[in-house]
Amino acid sequence: MDHSATTATDPAVTEAMLPYYSEKYGNRSSLYSIGRQAKKAIEESRQKVADLISAKKEEIIFTGSGTESDNLAIKGIAYKNRKKGDHIITSSIEHHAVLHTCKYLEKNGFKVTYLPVSKEGIVNPEDVEKAITQQTILITIMHANNEIGTIQPIEDIGKIAMEKNIPFHTDAVQTTGKIPVNVDALGVSMLSISAHKIYGPKGVGALYLRKGTFVEPQLHGGGHERNIRSSTENVPGIVGFGKACELAKERLPEEANLAVLRDSLIKGILEIKDSYLNGHPTKRLPGNANLRFSYIEGESMILNLDMKGVAASTGSACSSTSLEPSHVLMAIGLRAEEAHGSLRLTLGRENTQEDVDYVFSVLPDIVNKLRMISPLAR
Amino acid sequence: MSDGYSEKVMEHFANPRNVGEIKDADGIGKVGNPVCGDLMWIYIKVKDNRLEDVKFKTFGCGAAIATSSMITELAKGKTLEEALKISRGDVAEALDGLPPIKMHCSNLAADGLHAAIKDYREKTGKKME
Repeated sequence: MDHSATTATDPAVTEAMLPYYSEKYGNRSSLYSIGRQAKKAIEESRQKVADLISAKKEEIIFTGSGTESDNLAIKGIAYKNRKKGDHIITSSIEHHAVLHTCKYLEKNGFKVTYLPVSKEGIVNPEDVEKAITQQTILITIMHANNEIGTIQPIEDIGKIAMEKNIPFHTDAVQTTGKIPVNVDALGVSMLSISAHKIYGPKGVGALYLRKGTFVEPQLHGGGHERNIRSSTENVPGIVGFGKACELAKERLPEEANLAVLRDSLIKGILEIKDSYLNGHPTKRLPGNANLRFSYIEGESMILNLDMKGVAASTGSACSSTSLEPSHVLMAIGLRAEEAHGSLRLTLGRENTQEDVDYVFSVLPDIVNKLRMISPLAR
Repeated sequence: MSDGYSEKVMEHFANPRNVGEIKDADGIGKVGNPVCGDLMWIYIKVKDNRLEDVKFKTFGCGAAIATSSMITELAKGKTLEEALKISRGDVAEALDGLPPIKMHCSNLAADGLHAAIKDYREKTGKKME
């Protein structure tokens, strides 16, 4: 139950990709037939990606990952508009791909406002409006948070950005294929997507770049992707991404049904004494459940769940390579020891009520066992 | 996360030895900080300068729980002087090693044991050397 980390590549996706590793190995820049074949496949995929987010085909730039898309959007706008201004607005709960890119720009002379969020993890559009100055050249706020699953009021922020004519980027890596994503309804000028979160392959992503929005390229070379992202195209990856988007569009109603399973999971887990929900009860990704348990630490919960065959993740520092608890959990106002006790379960297509019931059958014992060991539990 | 945890760490984590409090403990060592995600309490019972019983309660990750469990096994039956010589490195070694990131943050058990002995000596008026 860790579908927000990654998903298994759909067999139909793998099948679509395979010929592009063998007989259809062409480089799209070559003029002979296998080159043209590759070009055609890339353009068909571009259309499928565009269709999933109601964009135009020409507005899709293929990249190597969601992280690269975020970097291209943020650094690309910043460096393109340096003469116009130096101010960027973002939130304090962004993915590291956005947060660390903003930190990098700060070191290079830009100013960044990190907006706070409510205790349920939602950015207030009024705060965005208030933060805007004459120098603001970019607003970047994620569509939904990867840890606590909160869905942000992107439409409202989009209206503000459009009114003020400020480029607006959203990281939609967690939402695309899970909830409806329509670039016009959201009012964004840029949007990042990743293939491996929607049952596609790893190593491929895309940036939606609205017509009339210009970014400074971050990779220079042979002029691929309209001279915005040079690199020989990852043809099999792009084909797989296209297939994954096509399937995601068809299966969007199924994803919505995950919310029923999620609510059942959350309700059942909250029966455990001293457990709490992190994030918003309804404005959250259909597959995301993030809870915290007093007196115990997340990694030890995850190791125990793993022994019982359940994959999960935590915002505890102990599970990551950094020594600090999750910046998202700290931003919603949790104390460090509360953040350490968090558990994220993210449901996907394969999960059933049976899986949820299985969690109910093993989790209470795990929590009890760890509380018996904990000096904090009285 | 569990990347790099030895089988021995996982075995101690899954079946920790000597969990609990000693109601009439002769010394208690409290180390760590909940902010860092690790908190360890080590209880000792001393008889004739030997550790007759050692128990623990720990809030923390897999490494924190496994090192706590291991220290109780290493320390039981030792004289106080011998027990004070048990180092963080000894605990890690007895567990067939710990991931580098865990060596500093979660390998607190030796400190906890030493703190418990210090507490005992302070209570009984004997100075720590």
